[in-house]
Amino acid sequence: MNLERGTISTRTMEITVALLIMGLGAVVMYDSWRIGARWGEYGPQAGYFPFYVGVMIFAASAIVFLQAVFSRKPRQPFAEPSQLKSIMTLLVPTIIYIGVVYAIGIYIASAIYLAYFMRVLGRYPWRTIAPIAICVPAALFVLFEIWFLVPLPKGPVEDFFGY
Amino acid sequence: MIEAVDALFHGFNVALTWQNMLFMLVGIVLGVLIGVLPGLGGANGVAILLPLTFSMSPTSAIIMLSCIYWGALFGGAITSVLFNIPGEPWSVATTFDGYPMAQKGQAGEALTAAFTSSFFGALIAVIVLTFLAPLVAAFALKFGPAEFFAVQLLTFCSFVGMSREGPFKVIASMMIGFALAAVGLDTVTGQLRMTFGINEIIRGFDFLVAVIGLFGIGEILLTMEEGFNLKGTSAKINPRVVLETWAKLPKYWVTAVRGTLVGCWMGITPGGATPASFMSYGLAKRFSKDGAKFGTGQLEGVVAPETAAHAAGTSALLPMLTLGIPGSPTAAVLLGGLLIWGLQPGPLLFVEQKDFVWGLIASMYLGNVVGFIIVLTTVPWWAAILRIPFSIIGPIIVVICAIGAYTVHNAFLDIALMLWFGVVGYVFKKLDYPLAPLVLALVLGDMAESAFRQSMILSQGSVSIFWSNWLVGSICALAIFVMFWPLISKMIPGQAKRQQAEAGE
Repeated sequence: MNLERGTISTRTMEITVALLIMGLGAVVMYDSWRIGARWGEYGPQAGYFPFYVGVMIFAASAIVFLQAVFSRKPRQPFAEPSQLKSIMTLLVPTIIYIGVVYAIGIYIASAIYLAYFMRVLGRYPWRTIAPIAICVPAALFVLFEIWFLVPLPKGPVEDFFGY
Repeated sequence: MIEAVDALFHGFNVALTWQNMLFMLVGIVLGVLIGVLPGLGGANGVAILLPLTFSMSPTSAIIMLSCIYWGALFGGAITSVLFNIPGEPWSVATTFDGYPMAQKGQAGEALTAAFTSSFFGALIAVIVLTFLAPLVAAFALKFGPAEFFAVQLLTFCSFVGMSREGPFKVIASMMIGFALAAVGLDTVTGQLRMTFGINEIIRGFDFLVAVIGLFGIGEILLTMEEGFNLKGTSAKINPRVVLETWAKLPKYWVTAVRGTLVGCWMGITPGGATPASFMSYGLAKRFSKDGAKFGTGQLEGVVAPETAAHAAGTSALLPMLTLGIPGSPTAAVLLGGLLIWGLQPGPLLFVEQKDFVWGLIASMYLGNVVGFIIVLTTVPWWAAILRIPFSIIGPIIVVICAIGAYTVHNAFLDIALMLWFGVVGYVFKKLDYPLAPLVLALVLGDMAESAFRQSMILSQGSVSIFWSNWLVGSICALAIFVMFWPLISKMIPGQAKRQQAEAGE
């Protein structure tokens, strides 16, 4: 089966992920060996249990890797370009959102984030966007800061209002 | 037997205060909401709300959180029947006959049947739990570290043996969970493990953050990819439809009882609600005289998976309470809650925390009754919530997940980690790496490791402690048997033929 250009096949993805997990297993083994994975003076050392966990991660993903390499199944798409694009339209703004949360607190960041989605994805007019983008963070503020007394990240705007 | 009834009445005394009843109500309503919204499910819904309960009394907290779980179980059925979207993995089998019924204009009947069967399954499972749990707990008091490790081994081996995914992916996923659990300060030796000089992760990876990312953000990414267009049917439930459906249901009592038994069994051994619902549906299809019509909107096809899913979801709490080993991801999150509230899960809970245990069990009876009434009366509201466009509800869910991740430790890094886990969850789901073993291993990792270490110290490093007496030996043997069950079953001649027939269907 020929796949559309730019499509990632399931086989490619299987192999990539299996290699990444093998790498993870190697890291776990390496670090456990470093801190001691043998029998110590008073019992097993700190790396004893995790070392064998690392071995099993490596072995299991190595088998998955080999299965994927020698697989005779027809090629299947993991994700089409259009699907990747819609994933990215969520993922990229969310990464930026998390950065903004760090900089100016979660409430203002959430308002911007909600407004952005409703504008770009939903194409709503601003008069629909404004109430939701303002009321949802405001409701969260009341719920967490006032009712449950759980502090969330805040920035200059909340400072201005005395929180 | 008499003692259990006594204890249960004591439990009702604990649960029937007005605060606890209020928490129960709040829990059920939140639970149904979580169940119908995409990207929020039982496990990560409870995970997000867990930090809010840190200041509550453990009994009230567990009553509210377990009611969220019951609510989510009920809520899953609404989306399956009306929108053909399983809100929860265990409601996938409910869509097979529930949605065709809704298309034929029988949504009210399908929903009534789904709720009633859920209620029936859950009720029987709670009764089983009431009488079986104290016995299991009393038996487990004899357990030493080696036996505990063996029981955990059994849990993880049964994941490998019963999985629909390949066994190696299950092992890989599970071991990643164990590795993540080991990160950070080792409490026995005081050494830092796998922190690579980053101070922020000395605390380790919190399973709550992982659950919110893997299930919440991962699910949102999947929904984005598939595109979210709802073609729902409307539902009207009036008392007449309810009564008419109830009149039809007793005919399917065999299916309901079978579903409940399958559910209880799969819930106690950690198979979970999802495979239980499929298995029950498959069995009903094979044994029903209308089996051929399944999939076209048969009432019986709704009864079968719903009884099993709810029975499994409920009985998954039995091993969690008695052995400290959860039977499902949501039970795993509740177990994490116990540790945070300062309770040590395990058989001693039944001795030392009677109020807590029996209050919880009594609340399971009450919660299911209350939940049943709530969902029957409020279906149109939930259907309306589902019609809110994804471009509004999607980002709100992401924001709620971010807040949930942050509140676990008031750590900003956790929000970033949540997103990472979200991407991992998305990729793993698409490649058929199961997520439940990863979460369970992350929750149980420290306990499994310390049980293993203590056994090793007892035996001076000899692995033979795991078959040193009949008890630990038989649990270990069972574990190995379950793990290799797929291979063993092929060697039994009749079984192999039946499996081929199933695969050919």
